[in-house]
Amino acid sequence: MTEENLAPVTMLSTPIRLDYDFTAGLAQSKTLAGYAQGKFIGQRCPKCKQVYVPSGGSCPTDGVAMDEVVELPNTGTVTTYCIVNVPFAGQSIELPYICGQILLDGANISFMGLLQEIPTDEVRMGLRVEAVWVPEDELGPNLSSVKYFRPTGEPDADYETFKEYL
Amino acid sequence: MTERCAVIGIGQTYHKAKREDVSIAGLVREAARAALDDAGMDWGDIDAVVVGKAPDMFEGIMMPELYLASALGAVGKPMLRVHTAGSVGGSTAIVAAHLVQSGIHKRVLTVAFEKQSDSDAMWALSVPRPFSAPLLAGAGGYFAPIIRAYMHRSGAPNDVGMKVAVKDRLQALKNPYAHLHLPDISLKMVEESIMLWDPLHYLESCPSSDGAAAMVIASEDVAESTSKVTGRPPAWVHGTAMRSEPTMFAGRNQVNPQAGRDCAKDVYAQAGITNPRQQLDCAEVYVPFSWYEPMWLENLGFCDEGDGWKLTESGATALDGGDIPWNCSGGVLSSNPIGASGMLRFLEAALQVRNMAGEHQVEGASRALGHAYGGGSQFFSMWVVGSDKR
Repeated sequence: MTEENLAPVTMLSTPIRLDYDFTAGLAQSKTLAGYAQGKFIGQRCPKCKQVYVPSGGSCPTDGVAMDEVVELPNTGTVTTYCIVNVPFAGQSIELPYICGQILLDGANISFMGLLQEIPTDEVRMGLRVEAVWVPEDELGPNLSSVKYFRPTGEPDADYETFKEYL
Repeated sequence: MTERCAVIGIGQTYHKAKREDVSIAGLVREAARAALDDAGMDWGDIDAVVVGKAPDMFEGIMMPELYLASALGAVGKPMLRVHTAGSVGGSTAIVAAHLVQSGIHKRVLTVAFEKQSDSDAMWALSVPRPFSAPLLAGAGGYFAPIIRAYMHRSGAPNDVGMKVAVKDRLQALKNPYAHLHLPDISLKMVEESIMLWDPLHYLESCPSSDGAAAMVIASEDVAESTSKVTGRPPAWVHGTAMRSEPTMFAGRNQVNPQAGRDCAKDVYAQAGITNPRQQLDCAEVYVPFSWYEPMWLENLGFCDEGDGWKLTESGATALDGGDIPWNCSGGVLSSNPIGASGMLRFLEAALQVRNMAGEHQVEGASRALGHAYGGGSQFFSMWVVGSDKR
């Protein structure tokens, strides 16, 4: 073999597979079990009284355990959002899609949710939305149980009511 | 922290989409060798090595510092790996500086890198988890809603981000190491580029780069003696600061994070700065998405809250004619080897006060800020460097 035959190897693709074993812990177990029943379950901090959903079990601000369980409604407000139009490996949703920050009524923290049943150019901050759950026999202990959020048709929430939660 | 310390050697690679001619080891060695040459030193002169990079999941190499020990001349010496997400390049330099300021070592080599052509950062930042919806589309998907909140809150016109995108790319034309050289860049070109994460256009986002950055940080006596030999001035470290905050908590101000404000206050106090816009000659600030220039102008106290976009719009942050030029090197918007991006900010600030920045030199710069942030705006690292001792 001559040296010319040994062309440089510039790139090797070696796919790997990742399987997670996830121990949810007591607090997240409550939230995840709630999804399996089609419910949002959060927790309230005994000190600052803020409601977290999902809850990690302790208050990030006060560092104390949150022991009060709070069931939250299906409705909330889009505090802010972006429209995703970029493909990437592992993506499971058709482009473009609207990724909203959803502040459930009674919660003090927002989380990411898919918005549907509204054209991308009509979505706005303050939009009132509700969760659409998957059929009962498809519910599971994960956020995939929420199919998406859709507009309720109510008037938009006043900016003052959610400006602290952007 | 009682001992003075200074940057006496600086090295970086030419940042590119793909460096197929080198492995990661070759990439970091290239930057490290250049920093040693600048310092007039060789591998044997170094007491300890501090290396940083962004999450291992990017390239899929667990603990790359293990295999890089020999490439970085760390055999038989203390070696330390730092990780604080996107801010890691900055915090790595700070850890190196602290090893000198504490009197433990006299000559520390610090290196940071990313080889994005080996990696899939977008995938690594978007892995589905059972407790969240599979919606997160990379860093842009995370930051775009926060940018929208800033636009709403400040009432800024829609084109401010595009102006930053043009300004930083024009400045990159003066930096031979920059990844993106777009001589035809214009507002129209940015506006016509695809809307990736509405409200962010493709050209308002940072590129994916291969690259490495390195510095030699030395004690006062070493800095003075080597400087006499090399004829190149040191950049004296006037202050270093790091802060963090949780990714999520009720009432978190994601647009103007507390940790960033606290970090800036700390580093300014150490450097004796009460008015950053007046007292600094330039700044290299981590702006991976265009709108983060006006947002960080406010966070870092260069203006009042809500006025950052006015500063950008007035041209104050441009190398050409501005009173407080930001990212003369072209910044993260022009080169983004993620793990190295923060160190490039720190290193470019040092180049400026050494009067060694070449075409993108701010005339007579004597005091500069280097800044990096990472995670969901939860890690901050900053330093102020000067041409004179403090």
